Amino acid sequence: MTTVTLTIDGIQVTVPKGTTVLEAAESVGIFIPTFCHDPELSKPGACRICVVEIPGARNLPAACVTEATEGMVVYTASEAVIEARKTNLELLLANHPEDCLTCHKNGDCRLQEYAYFYGVKAEAFSGEKHDYPVEEDNPFIVRDMNKCILCGKCVRVCQEIQGNNVLDFAFRGFSAVVTPAMNTTLSDTDISNCVFCGNCVAVCPVGALTEKAMIGKGRQWEVKKVKTTCPYCGVGCQFNLNVKDGRVIGVTSADGDVNGRFLCVKGRFGYGFIHHPDRLTTPLIKKDGKFVEASWDEAIALVAEKLGAVKEQYGGEAIGVLSSARCTNEENYLMNKFARAVLGTNSIDHCARL
Amino acid sequence: MNNLNELRAKCKEIYEKKLSRPRVVVGLGTCGIASGGDRVMKAIQEEVAAKGLDVDVDFTSCIGMCYAEPMVEVAIPGMPSVVYGNIFPEKVPQLLESHVVNKKPVYEWAYIQIPGDATPLEGIDVMEKAPYYEKQVRSVTARLGRTNPESIEEYIATGGYEAFEKCLSMERQAIIDEIKKSGLRGRGGGGFPTGNKWQFVYNAQGDKKYAVCNADEGDPGAFMDRSILEGDPHAVLEGMMIAGLAIGADEGCIYCRAEYPLAIRRLNLAIAQAEKYGILGDNILGSNFSFRIRIKAGAGAFVCGEETALLNSIEGQRGMPRVRPPFPANKGLWGKPTCLNNVETYANVPNIIRNGADWFAQMGTEKSKGSKVFCLTGKINKTGLAEVPMGITLREIIFNIAGGIQGGKKFKAVQSGGPSGGCIPSEHLDTPIDYESLAAIGSIMGSGGLVVMDETTCMVDVAKFFLNFTQLESCGKCTPCREGTKRMLELLQKICDGKGELKDIDTLERLARVIKNSALCGLGQTCPNPILTTLRYFRSEYEAHIVDKRCPAGVCAALLVYVIDAEKCTGCGACLRACPAGAITGEKKQPHSIDVAKCIKCGACITKCKFDAIKKA
Repeated sequence: MTTVTLTIDGIQVTVPKGTTVLEAAESVGIFIPTFCHDPELSKPGACRICVVEIPGARNLPAACVTEATEGMVVYTASEAVIEARKTNLELLLANHPEDCLTCHKNGDCRLQEYAYFYGVKAEAFSGEKHDYPVEEDNPFIVRDMNKCILCGKCVRVCQEIQGNNVLDFAFRGFSAVVTPAMNTTLSDTDISNCVFCGNCVAVCPVGALTEKAMIGKGRQWEVKKVKTTCPYCGVGCQFNLNVKDGRVIGVTSADGDVNGRFLCVKGRFGYGFIHHPDRLTTPLIKKDGKFVEASWDEAIALVAEKLGAVKEQYGGEAIGVLSSARCTNEENYLMNKFARAVLGTNSIDHCARL
Repeated sequence: MNNLNELRAKCKEIYEKKLSRPRVVVGLGTCGIASGGDRVMKAIQEEVAAKGLDVDVDFTSCIGMCYAEPMVEVAIPGMPSVVYGNIFPEKVPQLLESHVVNKKPVYEWAYIQIPGDATPLEGIDVMEKAPYYEKQVRSVTARLGRTNPESIEEYIATGGYEAFEKCLSMERQAIIDEIKKSGLRGRGGGGFPTGNKWQFVYNAQGDKKYAVCNADEGDPGAFMDRSILEGDPHAVLEGMMIAGLAIGADEGCIYCRAEYPLAIRRLNLAIAQAEKYGILGDNILGSNFSFRIRIKAGAGAFVCGEETALLNSIEGQRGMPRVRPPFPANKGLWGKPTCLNNVETYANVPNIIRNGADWFAQMGTEKSKGSKVFCLTGKINKTGLAEVPMGITLREIIFNIAGGIQGGKKFKAVQSGGPSGGCIPSEHLDTPIDYESLAAIGSIMGSGGLVVMDETTCMVDVAKFFLNFTQLESCGKCTPCREGTKRMLELLQKICDGKGELKDIDTLERLARVIKNSALCGLGQTCPNPILTTLRYFRSEYEAHIVDKRCPAGVCAALLVYVIDAEKCTGCGACLRACPAGAITGEKKQPHSIDVAKCIKCGACITKCKFDAIKKA
């Protein structure tokens, strides 16, 4: 493997050829802020918050798209770099609502984080601000383009990961905005083609895209994140259940082994059953034509008795077993074992095959 | 067909036959048509038919003197041909009667003469000696206004496709070496050495390569490329073919803005003609070189003149710049090595090959060789197109060629390079035009637009004009350009409105510095130039707006006060009656006065005053 050695803020770093300055800096723990960069998406070099100073370069290059070269010298916190970062943050804040108090992203917002880090205040520039209507006409995602910093991650995740190409930039200059085709809303699915996977929400660095059902349910620091496996299908995606006061208030991306941060609409938004009043919490046994609550022992005993009777009278082959994709692999394995070894039937099937 | 000899002989015959006949030629470039050239053409055709005159009626493109359009040339064999200016339909009968029928030129309408072999006429400037042309060279513009741009035969008869034919028998590297030796640099504004660019594409690995022509001319006041496309489309095609041959491309694409319908029409026609003669197509002239050119019409985004945004646009994506590197030479159109040059750059190539690199390199300065086409606009006497050798001074262009400032007013500044360039003040008028010298004074060569301003121009207002343009045309991709131009524009507006504070200048300078330093593409990196140069050379005007709440040039409405000069006022009452705000008072035959508090600065009084007694101050 060919390597290159460069110096970042006086620290010598040796990295494989092809590594970006950003990656090289991160490898030795040097902080460079990013908005539009995402290791799993293409690199537009758009937000310019990651600019660094490289003597000999014409301007301040963006660390996320500049390849580290042999002997390169990089300054990540020079006067010019700090001035550029602060000014660009001021410019973003000048066109951003100051509603951190009630913003759902408070505590998990990169704009907030960097503004704090660099001591940047919102009042550097007074002038026109966007005044877009907040899009909340679908059950899953709230799009507030007033908060958008146009990093384009949502555009790229939809194109490159989800493959639905719902979003792109429209209009020019200050009026540039991220939108579905024809400037429609996500809910206009005939045009937007949106499947509400919410992966755009997962990559949004600010409060422009949020999970509708979670708004007002808990602050970032109040929530306990419990990593678990999605029960909907056998892919095994992982995510974080956001738990507050013993209740699941929502799902956010975890770094799953199978799926990374990406989920489908069911995994991300299909958790409403957990605390639903209609959800069954005890077995029911039909007595005199009516379902009556029963204990687990009672229910299992009844099932065992009935299955045993069928087997005795007609043989195991008379029984068929259908399992569910909502079960884990282990549960499905046990079901299969139970069917073949205990019930004595090979007639087993699974809903995922349908 | 393995060479063009037979075709060339046929074309020469056609062309010579045309020249041997009396003819009237109308300038039908966009400038000519906009001035009414097509109506003149119709009037001439009708007059010729009605009178049964034995004269051919033809058309050409813009000869460069846009200020004198509509232009008509009358060429009678054996006599110098005469180019007339400001010929409107009503002048046509007299012109034809006098010059065509009676062989007597109409001297008072004549602008220049082209004697050819004939004895020059007294009293009309010979083209090369005319003030407008004396300091010019006609190389890339040689055919403009001289040949019919829709005739491939005339192009071939005047040396067209000779260079391409010559290249077919050259080694590919030798072609590139010749371009390198010529010192040709990108005429789109960047000034990158063309030969080096070709070398990069030649060296790049790729199963497919492209030659792309940037015809997305977007600077306000720039029309060099349009004039070349309309006047000599085959030269651009030939330049692209030579590039394609040298770098190993078999496909070319011209990205031309849709606002240039005539250029696109003539290009399409030129491509069809070249295909008909087998000059474009497969195995051209029996060689193993195949080349096809298509046109992609752009939707009029300024940013698509930026090379990577242009490539995105050709690919059907939104016109947003890509990160460089990789440069288009390695990864361009559809990810393939791509040679991307501007119209004027390609149009220079055939001349370089035909006349040799040394011929080209003898023009110009040490680092900027050859000639450059400029568009002269603004407060000058002669608006038009001028091709000058590199190294000529701005003063020579503005005062010799363009005839100085309109109305005898004072020169104030000239903007070179459009919204990416800078305002150059009078103390730098003797700056030689070359890439480095213009950069040294804070401007850029740019594509060749020169907007001249006089003393009635407010420099803060000019900076605001250009910022408004770049703000609207920013693609929105990167933060500093999208958000920064908006805030700079707002600060300039604030200053023009008389609400500016001195710290706003510091903020403008900081924004300019950060945007220049951190914007993604050339549009963003250069957009602060109008502000930086006006601050550098006209800072006192900014300060006058901010501190004295005064616009020295009398442009910014919010800062103007209308006053009546008591000495000149006769008390006629015309202004009083015209004032819609009741701000003017005064006894009859006594000097009137304006109540500043009531005045809405509409200017109605000034237009009514016959005694020049009302002033904006």
